[in-house]
Amino acid sequence: MTEEIIIAGFGGQGVLSMGKILAYSGIMQDQEVAWMPSYGPEMRGGTANVTVILSDERISSPILTQYDTAIVLNQQSLDKFESRVKPGGVLIYDPNGITHEPTRKDINIYKVEGTRLAAEAGNPKIFNMIILGGFLKVKPIVKLENVEKGLQKSLPARHHKMIPMNIEAIQTGMNHVEVVNQL
Amino acid sequence: MSIELEDIIKPENIVYKKTPVLTDNVMHYCPGCLHGVVHKIIAEVIEEMGIQDKTIGVSPVGCSVLAYNYLDIDWAEAAHGRAPALATGISRLHPEKYVFTYQGDGDLASIGCGEIMHACNRGENIVVIFINNAIYGMTGGQMAPTTLLGQVTATTPYGRDAKLNGFPLRITELIAQLDGTCYVTRQTVHTPAAVRKAKAAIRKAFENTKKDKGTSFVEIVSTCNSGWKLDPIQANKWMVENMFPKYPLGDMKDI
Amino acid sequence: MAEVKLMKGNEVIAEAAIRCGCDGYFGYPITPQSEVMETLMLRKPWEETGMVVLQAESELASINMVYGAAATGKKVMTSSSSPGISLMQEGLTYLAGAELPCLVVDVVRGGPGLGTIQPAQSDYFQAVKGGGHGDYHLIVLAPASVQEMNDFVDLGFELAFKYRNPAMILADGVIGQMMEKVQLSDYKPRWTDEEIEKISGDWALTGKKANRQRHIATSLELDSYKQEVFNQKLQAKYREMEEKEVRCEEIACEDADYLFVAYGSCSRICQKAVQLAREKGIKVGILRPITLYPFPTKEIANLAKKVKGILTVEMSAGQMVEDVRLAVNGLIPVEHYGRFGGVIPTPDEIVEALEKQIIGA
Repeated sequence: MTEEIIIAGFGGQGVLSMGKILAYSGIMQDQEVAWMPSYGPEMRGGTANVTVILSDERISSPILTQYDTAIVLNQQSLDKFESRVKPGGVLIYDPNGITHEPTRKDINIYKVEGTRLAAEAGNPKIFNMIILGGFLKVKPIVKLENVEKGLQKSLPARHHKMIPMNIEAIQTGMNHVEVVNQL
Repeated sequence: MSIELEDIIKPENIVYKKTPVLTDNVMHYCPGCLHGVVHKIIAEVIEEMGIQDKTIGVSPVGCSVLAYNYLDIDWAEAAHGRAPALATGISRLHPEKYVFTYQGDGDLASIGCGEIMHACNRGENIVVIFINNAIYGMTGGQMAPTTLLGQVTATTPYGRDAKLNGFPLRITELIAQLDGTCYVTRQTVHTPAAVRKAKAAIRKAFENTKKDKGTSFVEIVSTCNSGWKLDPIQANKWMVENMFPKYPLGDMKDI
Repeated sequence: MAEVKLMKGNEVIAEAAIRCGCDGYFGYPITPQSEVMETLMLRKPWEETGMVVLQAESELASINMVYGAAATGKKVMTSSSSPGISLMQEGLTYLAGAELPCLVVDVVRGGPGLGTIQPAQSDYFQAVKGGGHGDYHLIVLAPASVQEMNDFVDLGFELAFKYRNPAMILADGVIGQMMEKVQLSDYKPRWTDEEIEKISGDWALTGKKANRQRHIATSLELDSYKQEVFNQKLQAKYREMEEKEVRCEEIACEDADYLFVAYGSCSRICQKAVQLAREKGIKVGILRPITLYPFPTKEIANLAKKVKGILTVEMSAGQMVEDVRLAVNGLIPVEHYGRFGGVIPTPDEIVEALEKQIIGA
């Protein structure tokens, strides 16, 4: 199994950390992982994206043009990456701020209202975990228990008290996946 | 009957001996040059303090590039201006060692201005011996950052002109402003009394290293009779009359 | 089993330095490698192993601090990215001339000049052909994974001390910024004074004892004939490295009709390109140089007898391709495909280049 994922959005949406938690979860189940961020001026509040690859085999290129899954969290990222999902692949997006909906018919498209759900919960910081939950519902490539272990590994000890809240947010995301297009 | 050397040099007649920290190598310096005097007093201080096995010198690019041939201690020969960086690396990894740089005015105040400022500002626990003779000796007498206004050199054939070349750099005064330095002094070695004072200053600088006090900076106002195109006596006189007013002797800082 | 972690290449360099018993790091911030010094400062190895970490005022100063410390037989290193490495060339040629071991990490970004902060491989010439003035070489290692960022710190020091020569890890922004699974090395203690005496006692500046001649770290020799003899000695050392230290990896070469030659992150991208090409029925393999100096000349010459053509893939306008052409010596076509200025080639465009420049040519 190899899963090649792009996560893209605004800086500050937790794009990089979502990718990191996913990569750590992969390690917890003995997979090979790669996490390759875009870096540079984009880091300062512009668009941020990260490629995450989980595989049972040695990972070749961390630089990809096509992805099994694209998780896009703003319009620019949707415009950029919709066309780069492999036919039959998955596109997950948050409808907040989206004015041009995705149109492809040869991929599976899902909507997760992460921004709205996080706002309703009164905690914008769990936004990325809600989105991660949505992804894991659609593609259960890592077990929730391994995500929990991954969080323990990736978060400093002083933040471990926040792990249950994050797991809850993942579950919220899992329960709020809306099908837009299914093959 | 002829008199042999052995007849004259008898232990009971010896009033002066070369310190063993100076090697027997014949110095390449021009006759009349003061580098040899400064080398000697450093060597004597090292001997008197008993630190020959704990001292590491860093020689510059300039006339004293070959200083490592004359002092019998471990040496590193630096790229032009970088001696304070080498000394930093050595001293940081060997805090128990006595590390000193020996630099001329071009090396320290021109191409190595950045390195000396920052080493002194960090307060590296080292000694800096700065030989200021207002000229580039090794390359044939070109303008140095400390060359005086009006002074003729190979690259200021009509005399140093402030408009064209800027002003003589009193870098020791700048160094004294830096919080990392504990001792900043300007000395010379043209008379026996001056040599004694300079040696005491160098001794104090090495003692400061022992006490881990920070950077000690000893400028020696010096001559370059070849570069200045004067005989040694005239050169000493020229130094007193022209260099000392611009570069006054004495301690600038001693804490 | 050693600890498995998810880390950035740059962070791993710092961690590996601490674990391999490095005595000192001197550096200056520059993107995309600043995490090396940041990680070290956060880890405070001076409290743990006694390793010294110092932020210098410039790359000129940092490489010369390395020079001073290396002259005392200590294991010391620096890291930087292209513009900073250009500034370090002075120190590097002095280190090579004084025959001192040290490790330099170059996380290459696009140039020339200030260029870009994105990944590139355009400093191949500078790294493998000397870089500074005079006839000398660095030992150059090209990691293609975060794991190799860990492994090559130790290997770099090992080779540097074996040959009394500066070693360089030539990485790029991809390897530096990427996180992968990495198995960190076990801790090795720093060398004691006695060990330094044993390893480098005949040259290190450890303070002149009564029972030995003084040691001088210098690259100066005013007598041309002596300098020529010294140069011959250096050349003999390089020939020995070329004989003994070449490292490379062959990937999918057994049945290959064509060959990619690529190092570092480009070799990773080529692995994907191999998959894509083979799906199309094109049998292509990869020769990945691990040491860029010494270069796997013989290995490439041997493969040139088996394949029909070679495409080098570099994030440069074509630098390593010159060494590949020298190795192949006209036997088969050798072409170059490159993206540069911080642009990373993609697997599909590499396959397209293979089809166009080699197969269809």
